[in-house]
Amino acid sequence: MNPAARLLGEARSLRTRLLLAFTLLGVSTAVLVAGVDYVQARDVILQKTQDTAVQTLTARIETLPGLGATPPNQAELEEISGRLSDRDDTAIAVYRDRRSAGGLDTLPPELRAAVREGNVVWQRVSVAGHPVLVIGTQLRLTRPGGATPLPSGLEIYSVRSLDPEQLSIGRLAARAWLTGAVALIFAVLLALLAGRGVLGPVRELRRATNRLGKGDLTARARVRGTDELADVARTFNNTAEMLERHVGDLRRMESEARRFVADVSHELRTPLAAMTAVTDVLDDEAQRLPGDAGRAARLVSEETHKLTRLVNDLIEVSRFDTGTATLVLDDVDVAEAIRATLRARGWSDDVETDLPVGVVVRLDPRRLDMIIANLVSNALRHGEPPVSVRAHGRPGRLDIEVSDGGPGLAPDVLPQVFDRFYKADTARARSEGSGLGLAIARENARLHRGDLTAANRSPAGAAFTLHLPRPDSEPGDVR
Amino acid sequence: MSRVLLIEDDRAVRTGLELALTRQGHAVDAAETGERGLELLRAAPPDVVVLDLMLPGMDGFEICRRIRTGGELPIIMLTARNDDMDVVAGLEAGADDYVVKPVQPRVLEARIRAVLRRSGGGSANVGPPPLERHGGLTIDRAALVVTKLGAPVGLAPTELRLLLELSATPGRVLSRQQLLELVWEHDYLGDSRLVDACVQRLRAKIENDSAAPVYIQTVRGFGYRFGPL
Repeated sequence: MNPAARLLGEARSLRTRLLLAFTLLGVSTAVLVAGVDYVQARDVILQKTQDTAVQTLTARIETLPGLGATPPNQAELEEISGRLSDRDDTAIAVYRDRRSAGGLDTLPPELRAAVREGNVVWQRVSVAGHPVLVIGTQLRLTRPGGATPLPSGLEIYSVRSLDPEQLSIGRLAARAWLTGAVALIFAVLLALLAGRGVLGPVRELRRATNRLGKGDLTARARVRGTDELADVARTFNNTAEMLERHVGDLRRMESEARRFVADVSHELRTPLAAMTAVTDVLDDEAQRLPGDAGRAARLVSEETHKLTRLVNDLIEVSRFDTGTATLVLDDVDVAEAIRATLRARGWSDDVETDLPVGVVVRLDPRRLDMIIANLVSNALRHGEPPVSVRAHGRPGRLDIEVSDGGPGLAPDVLPQVFDRFYKADTARARSEGSGLGLAIARENARLHRGDLTAANRSPAGAAFTLHLPRPDSEPGDVR
Repeated sequence: MSRVLLIEDDRAVRTGLELALTRQGHAVDAAETGERGLELLRAAPPDVVVLDLMLPGMDGFEICRRIRTGGELPIIMLTARNDDMDVVAGLEAGADDYVVKPVQPRVLEARIRAVLRRSGGGSANVGPPPLERHGGLTIDRAALVVTKLGAPVGLAPTELRLLLELSATPGRVLSRQQLLELVWEHDYLGDSRLVDACVQRLRAKIENDSAAPVYIQTVRGFGYRFGPL
């Protein structure tokens, strides 16, 4: 899986989704609450500051003594400014182009315009990075008799630093951020907790399902609580239990069937032993018996041999099925063993051999003999000459190939050729063999931890290859 | 003509084998049980015993052991299955060879002749001098007597033949399959457990310590050899 796909997979996982949802919820709630709080508090603080400043300025202006000459000169402007200033506020008195020193270098033109029209105005401006509140108003000339005062053309501006307020608002903002961060942590923790609560049972189920899938029928999921996930776990357990019971039943039936075959074969053995003992007698006498009696005797003798072969093969197969087949190992010279197999059955002249000298393998000689005899017998009966047996040792293993020069095996036959009682030619109801030969040969190969395979060779002919493992042993120790 | 004692409980098998063996020219005494077999054995000692392992009452293994303590009579066991526990137990009890039922009469006949040849005498080795000394062991190939430190050792025919074959070429390794051909007259692919069981019995009789054999040594991956002392 490439990293992008893995990331996508993780993003889709239940755990990630839960985490995202909780975080989003937590953070958005925190931002909303803290944000609204922050904005309100900031407005209140600024408003209050403004109101206080305006009140202070207005109150001070009231205490000013009456104006002297108009227009006022520079000294008078400086004096008014001095009277109106204190620790917090710096006042600027302006008349037309003349103004008192200090305070702001340049007053915002729009502010001045509004003041000239007779309004009390305020504006926040930034001076060298510091926020500053500027309040402006025009002095009025009081007329006797309570008539509406007249504008005097003298503008008063009060400049107040907003640094303390900025500090308070900054603290407010920091607190809002902190609230957000704590909310985020809480959200993540809650998400993990909730994730564990949901994902724990899910993971447990997955583990149990995997074990079941791998063939461990005793796999069960732990059931916790009474929620929907617990229901799923309980259903899983019931299903697994049912499966285990059914498989157990099937296995028991199968092993009973196998034992039955084994028992039947053994029971057949004793009468067959008696019959086999007298087949030689029958064969001898059959030649002397007239007509039907002689033919009947020969038939009984022949079929007794076939039956014996069949029962022996059945017993052999049932020992593989019941797992009681064992290897009687010996160090065997493979070339010598194969030649002995051919010699014992009178095949030495019909079979070509290509066998390496001095290859000694630890194996069960009786079973090797059975395998080779079966393969060669098949090749001689079903194939065409030349039938050959070749062995070649490779590191760690030995391959023995039995091949013939016939037409080979049909492609649809190849996969079934090792099946029990499988007959490639359905027209031939009963052949020489028991129909179990190749199945037994392969079981024998597997008992040696090897295998037996069938293939067609080019240009023609079937080839059966016995693969035997050959651990690198060091023969020659004296024990 | 040889005298065969057949101990087999199944009537049909007993009758069949009796018929076949008689036809091949043996004088056959047949017994249904182990006890009856031992009686017949005492009354008229046979040349070879053919013994079914699965018997009611006294079983084949017990009979094997009793015959072995009484003498060196060759025993061929009949086993209903070439089931490995039975074969091993039978060989340990002292049987010389075994055949699996159902057995072809001519196979049984060949085995009987082979064990009889073993008890008949050592004509196979002409080369070496008749009296050999190997450490404390003396082998008289003419009289077929083996003595250990002057005391005669009672060897069954198969054990004696195995010792004769191995000691004929001291220091040379013989594989189990070669020994099967030489001693048991089986074809090449015989049951090597026959050799191993016989070697164990032989070691028990001639070695001072069976666990650390001096005369019959195992060469792992090849087989057995006599000496070097």
